[in-house]
Amino acid sequence: MEIKVVKKVLGVNDTMAKQNRDMFTEKRVFVLNMMSSPGSGKTTLLEKTLIQIMPEIKTAVIVGDICTSNDADRLAVTGVPVVQVNTDEFGGDCHLAAHVIEKACENIDLDSIDLLIVENVGNLVCPAEFDIGEDARAVVLSVAEGEDKPLKYPLMFRKCDAAILNKTDLLPYLDYDSKQAVNNILQVHPEMPVFELSAKTGDGLESWIDWLKEYVRKKLQA
Amino acid sequence: MHEMGIAMQLVEIASAAIPGDMENIQVEKVNLKLGKLSSVVPDSLRFCFEIITKETLLAGAELCIQEIEVTARCNDCNAEWTITGPAFSCEKCKSGNITIVSGQELEISSIEIADE
Ligand SMILES: [Zn+2]
Repeated sequence: MEIKVVKKVLGVNDTMAKQNRDMFTEKRVFVLNMMSSPGSGKTTLLEKTLIQIMPEIKTAVIVGDICTSNDADRLAVTGVPVVQVNTDEFGGDCHLAAHVIEKACENIDLDSIDLLIVENVGNLVCPAEFDIGEDARAVVLSVAEGEDKPLKYPLMFRKCDAAILNKTDLLPYLDYDSKQAVNNILQVHPEMPVFELSAKTGDGLESWIDWLKEYVRKKLQA
Repeated sequence: MHEMGIAMQLVEIASAAIPGDMENIQVEKVNLKLGKLSSVVPDSLRFCFEIITKETLLAGAELCIQEIEVTARCNDCNAEWTITGPAFSCEKCKSGNITIVSGQELEISSIEIADE
């Protein structure tokens, strides 16, 4: 006997993500989900980004990591509220799920911020699958990684609204074809904005920050 | 990887679908639709499913995975096609303004119970 079910396996997460999204809209907070593979320089990029946007945009950060608080400690120095989430409490998960974000938000005064940045667990596979109730997604890639990463992880690049190609300061020392990397990103997601920058030197940071500010502004005016 | 978490959700949904008035039943199959664009590895999911169904109503059940092709529709010229490589632009007009029609599924379509 066959019993029809037709149920989304991630339905529970999707429902929770919708609740998060409604909460963020009500509180007028723009939420950016930042994803990358480990070591792409996401935390350095965040540090630099926070310092630049801080005077104008009140921001808080949720940092996901499997077991350390190293990234959160680094970001807390900038003065923004940082909430660390270790996923090993949730079984060493490779991603942040919607319920984890909801719980982390209990420690953030949403009324006092305009922007919430979620630094997701370093991984190009799993986080792409989990909606956390964000408004936009950005994926960070570095020039020290293969040019073909977008082709290997198409779901991540399809689901993001912006891509950052970080560590361009290393280009003189590497045999890296940035053009090819950007082309590969655009193959998977045509028309996606790609920001080539060096978080370390600050080179190219401006257009990324303009993009972010514009998105926050749009949400606040909506 | 997140296959274990997904397998746990599978078990929860499938268990809830078993009619409450049925006793001593044997679930033979759990049918799952899995889009090729989802980031779930079928073999890994089967492996996790087998481990966590032990000692449950689903013990011994087979996880049948129907893989779904990635298909897209162009919002500019209405062409529809199957995406097999990593290129996500229109086959006909090269537009990048496309909608993914299928390929992201991750849903249980049915469970099958042994007839008495
Ligand atoms: Zn077209």
